[in-house]
This record gives sequence, structure tokens and C-alpha cells, in this order.
Amino acid sequence: MRLTLNIWRQPDAASPGGMHTYELDGVSPEMSFLEMLDTLNEELTRRGEEPVAFDHDCREGICGACGMVINGQAHGPERTTACQLHMRHFSDGETIDVEPWRAAAFPVVKDLVVDRGAFDRVVGAGGYITVPTGSAPDAHATPVPKPAAETAFEHAECIGCGACVAACPNGSAMLFTSAKVNHLAALPQGAPERESRVLRMVEQMDEEGFGGCTLTGECATACPKGIPLFSISSMNREYLRAVRKGGEATD
Amino acid sequence: MAVSGLIMLLYLVVHMLANLKIFFGAADFNGYAHWLRTVGEPFLHHEWFLWSARLVLLAAVTAHAVSAYQLSRLDRAARPQRYVHRRRRASYATRTMRWGGVILGLFVVWHVLDLTTLTVNERAAPGRPYENVVATFSTWYGNTVYLAAMLALGLHVRHGFWSAAQTLGAGRARRDRVLKATANVLAAVLTLGFVSVPVGVMTGLVG
Repeated sequence: MRLTLNIWRQPDAASPGGMHTYELDGVSPEMSFLEMLDTLNEELTRRGEEPVAFDHDCREGICGACGMVINGQAHGPERTTACQLHMRHFSDGETIDVEPWRAAAFPVVKDLVVDRGAFDRVVGAGGYITVPTGSAPDAHATPVPKPAAETAFEHAECIGCGACVAACPNGSAMLFTSAKVNHLAALPQGAPERESRVLRMVEQMDEEGFGGCTLTGECATACPKGIPLFSISSMNREYLRAVRKGGEATD
Repeated sequence: MAVSGLIMLLYLVVHMLANLKIFFGAADFNGYAHWLRTVGEPFLHHEWFLWSARLVLLAAVTAHAVSAYQLSRLDRAARPQRYVHRRRRASYATRTMRWGGVILGLFVVWHVLDLTTLTVNERAAPGRPYENVVATFSTWYGNTVYLAAMLALGLHVRHGFWSAAQTLGAGRARRDRVLKATANVLAAVLTLGFVSVPVGVMTGLVG
């Protein structure tokens, strides 16, 4: 396959960036999108040019490290991560636009790499449970009802890749935050901090400069893990419940 | 957004149903308009009920507009740089919420000047709402403004009702289809109900 790639190049956070065009030959349909970029980078290195920087880690679609907007869609045309997107979904001779996640809360570090530290701080604000240290508790020490386990797992699938924020026209992180909140709110282990968790995480989410939700549904469409749109409503329910209980964002 | 929107939506349903009285003739319609001014008497003073409703609506419109403004500013600041590769996103109703809302706000001003204060309604006279409605819908601009606004209203309600439900935490996987269907039915019934009045005047059914 022969491709024309328009890729966002930006040397660092402070410098202005722009789209650069590259012609790439010898792409096989079996390659993943990242392998295609590897091929381009080998070529660029041979030519003595700076390779395109992009985040990646497991390349199995389970870590959430990779992420780029391909032809205007987060992770590209298939509902998966960029590492699991194969070139057979593109046609020979196609022109592909590749851009970094765009959000005020995700500043560009270099080329296609953005700083997703805002997500870590949202999780740090309450996306955990407090447990005593020591040996691991017995697996059956706290029984979890089957429906609760299902709900928790559905939301625990979130890998924090940031596609929801990238796809949202408002740069909102509601789907991400709701996945974390709903995951722990469903479990008995998450019960002690149930109220303060949602209040703190939403507070932190707003502080990070993410936008508000207008229910466009773009996030759930882009999510490679299929976190459903109604998760946002579930988080709103949790939030209202916490406010009703007189909870504050502190313990 | 959600609470103020639902207050206005509830009002719109009542308003639309009351409008349909126009098909029962001038006496029915004008009698109802007169009754609205006497609701609650003698406990309430003349027109107190009407003014309370107006105050609630004014508060709802203001709250809705202010929160929409704040939300829009927040959202624009959160996405300072657009994508080079543009793609059409979301449904038409979803994409037109902001400007559709502005259009509806302007329409409300026109509507009040037209049929409440009668400022812009040339052949209107106070105390004769039936005749005033007929006068409005006998002009091309009266019809055009109204019909355009009602289409905008339908779109706004379609996304707005469902969104309000999500904001208030009523959205659930199994309830989603019901909520979407309710939003669509509300939007369609409101638009058709309101539009039936100018159509009635235009076809000579009301006059």
C-alpha cells in the first residue's frame, strides 16, 4: 500500500506546530497503525529527519498509552485503539490525517504525544479505595453480588486512553470520570468513600480545565472499550446522591 | 440547564394544549384567556396567578440562558485548538442546541411583543386574543417567524429533554429507548400542536 500521511509535527510544547505531509510506500494491510508509523519513522531516521513521536506501550489494546486522532476520529475508523487498528481498514493511495488529542487539559508535549496527567490527578482525587496494608484478603471475604460485579467490570474496562476527551467537541472528561466513579460505587469495597469520591473527582475534573457535558454522545462512540454513554447519567445520579447526603469534597 | 428546561417544557405542554382551544371558536378561546386572569380568586388578587407564572418563567428563561452561556464558555475554553480534519459530529438537533436556543430566545421576545404587549401586532386590540392571533397569522412574516421558531423548538426539545434526563441521573441502559422515544414524541407533539394554529388560520379553519 502507498499512503499520503498528513501528520501534526510540533517540536515541543512551547513551539508552534503544523501538519506535515509524508509519502509512505510499502505498507502492508496486516500492519497496525503504529507499525505503519514505525515504518515511517525508520524511513525518516534513514533520511536523517526527526522521527514522529507518539505514545505506545503494550500494543495489545489494553494499556491505553497510544492514542491519536486519525481522519478526525479518535483511534481512527474502527472501535479499537490505534495499536489494534490495522491498515486493511484503509485503501491504497489514501490520504490520512493524523493529529494529537486536542483538549486544553491535554497539552501537546511533542508531535502526537500529549500530557494526560490530568487523568492521573482526577483518579488521585478519589479513584481508589482505602484498605489496610498487609496480606491480601481472602477472595470471598467480601461477597460481591453478581450484578454489582458486572456493573463494576463494565466500567473497570476503561483504560484511560483519553479518546473520550479527544472526541468530545467540548473537551469533556465526563465519560472517563464516570467510568472510574461507577466502577468503585458498584462495589462494597468502594462504599466507605462513595460520597466523597464522586464529589472530589468531579471537582478535580473541573479544575483540570475539562469542558462540560452536552450529551453529544461522541465520547461513547469513540471509546475503544465501549464504556456506555449512560455512565455519565449514573455519575450524575451518584453526584446528586452525594449532595443530598450532605457530603462535601472532603472526608 | 436541566431543571429550568423542564420547567419551561412543562409550561409549553400546557400552553400548546390551551392553544388548541382556538379550534372551538372565539368565545371558548377568549373565555379561557379571561379565566387565566381570574384563577385563584378571591384568594389571589386579579391576575396574580398569571403574574406568578410569568415570574417563574422569567426566572427559568434567565437561569437557562445564564447556564447555557457559562457552559458554552467552559466548553470553548476546554477545546482551544480545533482538529484540522473536520468531521460532522452528532445529530442535527444536538449540533443546533446553542444557536437554536438563541433563536428561541429571540422568538420569545417577538412572541411577547406580538401577542402579549401587542406592540408589533398592527391590527391587535387588548382583550381579544382570538382576533389578535388571527391578525398575527394573517401576515406572511407572522407565519414565517412562528413556523421557523416551532421547528427550532422541536429540535431543541428533542435533544433537550433526553439530556435533562441524563443530567438529573435518570438515564439507565434499559430506560434509554423510552427516554429517547419520549423526547421524540414530546418534540413532535409540541411542534405539531403549535403549528396547527397558524395552519388553521391559513386554511381558513380559524378566522
